[in-house]
Amino acid sequence: MGKPLIEFKGVTKRFNSHTVLDQVDLEIYEGEVATIIGKSGGGKSVLLKHIVGLLQPDEGMILFGGQPIYKMGKKEWNRYISQVSYMFQNNALFDSMTVFDNIAFPLRQTTHLGRRAIEEKVRTRLEQMELGDVGGKYPSELSGGMQKRVALSRALVTDPRIVLFDEPTTGQDMIRRNAILSMIAQYQRRFGFTAVLISHDVPDVFFISSRILALDEGKIVFQGTPEAFETFQHPFQDEFVDSLEELQEHLTGIYSKRHFKVRYQKLLGRKRPQERFVVGLFALDHFEDLCEHLGHTAGQEILDSLGKYINKHFGAVGGFSARQSRSQFSIVLPFSNLPEAEQILRDFSMELREEGLRTIQTEARIHREACFEFAVLAGLAEGEFGVKEIDRILGQARKNQREVARVHCGKRR
Amino acid sequence: MNMTNWKNRNDVPRARWPLIHPLGKGMIRLINYLGAVSIFMGKSLFMIFQPRQVPLIIEQVYSIGARSALIVLLVGLFTGMVLGLQLFHTLVKFGSAGVLGSAVALSLVRELGPVLTAIMVTARAGSAMAAEIGSQRISEQIDALVTMRIDPLRYLVSPRIAASIISFPLLTALFDIIGIIGGYITGVMLLGVNAGAYFYRVRSSVEMEDITSGFVKAVVFAVIVSTICCFQGYFTHMQKDSYGAKAVGLSTTSAVVLSCVLILVADYVVTSLLM
Repeated sequence: MGKPLIEFKGVTKRFNSHTVLDQVDLEIYEGEVATIIGKSGGGKSVLLKHIVGLLQPDEGMILFGGQPIYKMGKKEWNRYISQVSYMFQNNALFDSMTVFDNIAFPLRQTTHLGRRAIEEKVRTRLEQMELGDVGGKYPSELSGGMQKRVALSRALVTDPRIVLFDEPTTGQDMIRRNAILSMIAQYQRRFGFTAVLISHDVPDVFFISSRILALDEGKIVFQGTPEAFETFQHPFQDEFVDSLEELQEHLTGIYSKRHFKVRYQKLLGRKRPQERFVVGLFALDHFEDLCEHLGHTAGQEILDSLGKYINKHFGAVGGFSARQSRSQFSIVLPFSNLPEAEQILRDFSMELREEGLRTIQTEARIHREACFEFAVLAGLAEGEFGVKEIDRILGQARKNQREVARVHCGKRR
Repeated sequence: MNMTNWKNRNDVPRARWPLIHPLGKGMIRLINYLGAVSIFMGKSLFMIFQPRQVPLIIEQVYSIGARSALIVLLVGLFTGMVLGLQLFHTLVKFGSAGVLGSAVALSLVRELGPVLTAIMVTARAGSAMAAEIGSQRISEQIDALVTMRIDPLRYLVSPRIAASIISFPLLTALFDIIGIIGGYITGVMLLGVNAGAYFYRVRSSVEMEDITSGFVKAVVFAVIVSTICCFQGYFTHMQKDSYGAKAVGLSTTSAVVLSCVLILVADYVVTSLLM
């Protein structure tokens, strides 16, 4: 994994007698999306503020590229801090400045760019964030979601190497939340910055994260990949993560990856070993291009509608579904064999082309004249209940994926 | 000695000298406060001369100076008129109504001009400084500046101090002139003092020393008012037992009260030094 870019070594922070961070050790690597999860008031923001120098630890040290940041000279500190950008939980937009001026502000104050270059850079960011027509407005005139996007634009306008996001999706509805996460993931890939994210959007945030850091009672109780976190056994998992996942499932009717596996394990106990079942894997192809073209919100609306559509169709024949990644959904059909499942998929495919794509397009509020393209892929694989490893069957379904419906320039095929 | 109840014993110093503890604590707090204000002021004054400050200073000159002109004008006019009225009736008793011009002009130029201007600007612009910076503090805008590598003292405080140093003497001059005109209105136009005598006395009694001392006071008050108001706003989050909007209110009130008291204290000190 190489040398960590940012490292906490035994960091302790107290406010009066209350210990918020207790001997925290963690590593953040270059180019990754590291997500810090934890209960409210558990010290996540405090941890993030240490990285940018807004707070200093009572004990321990924070290293950047192996160098303790609080022992840096003024020049070194300036060089370090110029590479870091911070997006505040409450946005911290300058309320007496317009949106345009807010985004241009760090460029005007800390760079030697000319007026034209700054204007061009800001306009590009405004367009990328779907804020094209609000440049002249004040932050108080915008909705919460728009303010978040302005704050995100301001955080990214200086092309930083590290971006710290303090709950970037707070106060957003589900679609907006996923749109912001999707935007962060896209920009992270495009610009290659290291993102440190605080989020409660479990499990959605796992799809964009390279590593998860779980902070519980002032200590880091887990740091590792989202896949490893699925098997992490700790009271934190049961008390905190489960409740968030259940809330999400309640809202969408779609299981998280972890609960999907739990449901599958339960099913195993009820079936005879030789009984067969079918797993399907659906993907929204060209999802990134779709987001790029229609905007992240519309992209998420399409994805959300597709997930609900799949869940509705296959739920009617006794199946249950889960979100496997940013743009993939899985289903288990416990009462069907492969020929039956193929027939169900053909019916689904026909219905999707005839009715579903129009419904999805309407639900996503996409203009009829808009030109965009996406394809829905689906693959099926048969398994035996004796086989405990669902991932292998999902892998087979992925190999069998084929196109079942396509939209090109708003026309269904 | 049992350490758990030592506070209740009569032989411990606190019981014998009940005033020493709070007095010492208060003194330490005062010295801490003065030290913090001095460092805050020193750093901010130094940052006036950093690059990119001129537009910010001009903006603040407009906000602190130009926008206070009307209130200074009104207060100056009525102060001069009241002075004219009161001094005329006093001077008439001694048969010296002719020196009304001297009395009005010297009172205004030496004392009332700088002091009342400073108090008026504190009420209008000083409270705004404390409230604005305080709101920026509680909404994390100041933290945002730090994360953007922008020194909040350079961006928020030093332009306000510089603008105050520029505006206060100008506003004081305006106050003095309008006050003298106010004295003319009551003394000459309403009470019948000779117009030529009024202006002759003004011209002959006011010396350059008086004008200079008035301007010195104005500059001293400018530094005091802007520093105290910015300081109170900047440390809004450290108000005792107050958070959010309440803390901003408290900062604003304490900024205005403290500035007004310090204006009067500084007036005495500067006057005694210049005499």
